[in-house]
Parts: sequence; C-alpha cells; structure tokens
Amino acid sequence: MELIKILVDSILSQNIALVFILGMCPLIAISNNLKNAFWMGIAVVFVVTLTAAINYPIYQLLLKTNTTNLALLIFIITIAATVQFLEMFLEKFFPTLYNAFGIFLPLITVNCVVLAISLFFVNRNYNFGETVVYSFGSGLGWMLAIILLAGLRERLKERNDIPRGLKGKGIAFIILGILALAFIGFTGLI
Amino acid sequence: MKKWIRLKYTKWYNILKDGISTNNPIVISVLGICSALAITNKVSNALAMGIGVTFVIIASSAVISLLRNVIPSKVRMIAYMVIISVFVIAVDMFLQGFFPTIAKSLGAYVGLIITNCIVMGRAEAFAVKNPLKYTLVDGFASGLGYTIVLLLVASVREILAFGTWFNLPVMSQGFTTWTIMAMAPGGFFVLGLFVWIIRELTKYYEEAV
Repeated sequence: MELIKILVDSILSQNIALVFILGMCPLIAISNNLKNAFWMGIAVVFVVTLTAAINYPIYQLLLKTNTTNLALLIFIITIAATVQFLEMFLEKFFPTLYNAFGIFLPLITVNCVVLAISLFFVNRNYNFGETVVYSFGSGLGWMLAIILLAGLRERLKERNDIPRGLKGKGIAFIILGILALAFIGFTGLI
Repeated sequence: MKKWIRLKYTKWYNILKDGISTNNPIVISVLGICSALAITNKVSNALAMGIGVTFVIIASSAVISLLRNVIPSKVRMIAYMVIISVFVIAVDMFLQGFFPTIAKSLGAYVGLIITNCIVMGRAEAFAVKNPLKYTLVDGFASGLGYTIVLLLVASVREILAFGTWFNLPVMSQGFTTWTIMAMAPGGFFVLGLFVWIIRELTKYYEEAV
C-alpha cells in the first residue's frame, strides 16, 4: 500500500518535472517532436531507475564510513559511468534500440532529474524498495510531462497566431505553467 | 568619451556584454532553467543561488582553462564533472556552515548546481578554448546574467506571493497574497512572460514553434 502511494504520488501529485521543476533543459529542448520526446522519456525512466538502484547501496557504504560529504561527487560519477556503460551495452547487443534512443543517453548525464532522485531518496530516508519504486515513478512522471508538452507543441505548429516573441521557448513555458496548474489538482489523490 | 569608445571594442567588453545581454544564459539560450524556476519564490534564495552558481562557473572554468591542454578530450566530460562537483560541494558546505536557514530552503537544489547546464556549457564552449584571463571574465558575465534574471523573477514572485521583498513587507495590509506564485505554475508563467518581454526588446525571435 505504502509503495503504491509512493508510485502514484511520484507520477502525479509530486511530479518531478511539473511540481519540483527538474530536468527542464531537455524537457524544453527535445519536446518539439513527439517521437523524440517519447524515446527520451523511455531513456530517462531506464537510467533513473538503474542509477537510483546503484546509488542506494553506495550511499549505505558512505554512511558506514562517515563520508557523506562526498555523496555528490560519487553519485555523479556513478551516473556518468552507468550511462556510458548502458550506451556501449545497447550499441553492442541491441542495435535497433540503440538507434532509437542512443543519441539521448549522453544528454541524460547532465539531466538534473537523475541526480535529483539520488539526492531525494537520501533526504527522505527511503529504504531500497521505496527508492526503486520512487525513482521508477518519477521517471514515468517526467516522461508523461515531456509527452504532454510535445503533443501540445506539435498541435501548436499548425497555428500561426502566437506572438513573435513567445514562439519557441516562450510558449513552452506558458504550456508548462498550465500543465503544472492541472497537476496541482492531483494533490491528495491517494 | 574617447576612452569609452575604445573600451567598446576590447575583447573584455564583448565577453561581458555577451554573457549579460546578447547571449543571456536563461532568457536567450534557455539554459539552467531548473534552478531558475525552483528557487525563485524568495529573493534571498535567488541571491544565494546566483552567487553560488557564479562562484562555481568562475572557479570551475578557471581550473578547466588551466588544465585545457592536459585533459584528454575523450574523458573530458567526466573530468569536468569531477572539477565542478568539488566546487559545488564547497558551496554546499559553506552555506550549511554560515547560512543554515538558506541552505535548508534551497535543499537539494544546491547539489543540483552540478547539473546546471550553464556551468557545463561555459566549460565546453569557452573555457577549453581560451586562456585564463578571458575565462574569468566570461564566467563572471554568465554568472551575472543568470543572477540578474533570477533576482528579477524572484522579485515579482515574492512580492505577489508573500507581499514582501527580501523578507521586508512592501504591500499594504489588506493585500491578498497569490499563493500560486510561490508554487511551480507561478514560476513558469513569470519566466515565460519575462522571456517574451526580453525577446521583444532585443528583437531576438525563433522561427519554429
């Protein structure tokens, strides 16, 4: 029950993109095309869950040796290494999958969602199961946000009545604002 | 007057102008948005974040610029990450030691300076190719451009959301606070409008939607 609450919260009412405002750079840069947005979302779900699961035992080790100040440095190295490994692994064994979202993988290293999840499970004292569920849910939530934004922006392409200065990034912010308003409505769902 | 004109054509001046206005990291190139939106509900938070990011950009760019001939290009990303995270940890410990209240309200966002695209962007686009003295100016300019936008957005949000500016009351007693301004949607709307205004003023337009 507790796990289901964490999962639903992290997708909807605690959405990492629309409530905590994380991972904005790729969210805005890649959302001009629905297909790319989808594959980027998949890549994020994958990497976020994997790195959180790897970082959790490492953090326990840091706790034991009383070196939690180094957590940031260690986390970012783990993330970079995991992404690099994943990229090579996919290229070698799943070339079709690699062609679909391989180019998004290096971008993920600097996606703040990945690091943020690792920092949040520390702040919230989650155990291993909760960490995995929370990171998976947050990844899904981020994917939901980028797909919603990309779909809306694709529709907007057909219209020509957006003010000049708002075109591109500007209108993306306004759409995100409206989406964020809607997501606040999910508060207290479970 | 003559001196001013000559100043306008120096490399220093152009780098400064580039960072603060023509190539402003937030408004024009839309980098480093996460922190710009998430912590701008209070001016004091925005100021702390701005100074922290400026320090990290200057320090990490300086180190990267000094080491630019030593770091092999294949592992440069990891090398940048390590250098940047060292300075971020320093900022984090400094805030926790001297300004615990601000550190508490910024929370995990201090650590997330590592993944702020501006820091990495300046390292990759400028610091690897330029000597130390220009890198310092460039880092300062980008940081200043970032801080100015942060402060402006935070001013609007704090005044509307809490009726205060830098924790000092500025609105009259009967003012109804706009709670939504302190939350995520307020940040998106204010920054969106801000981008619109700046782009109208600088005549910088994007063609695609």
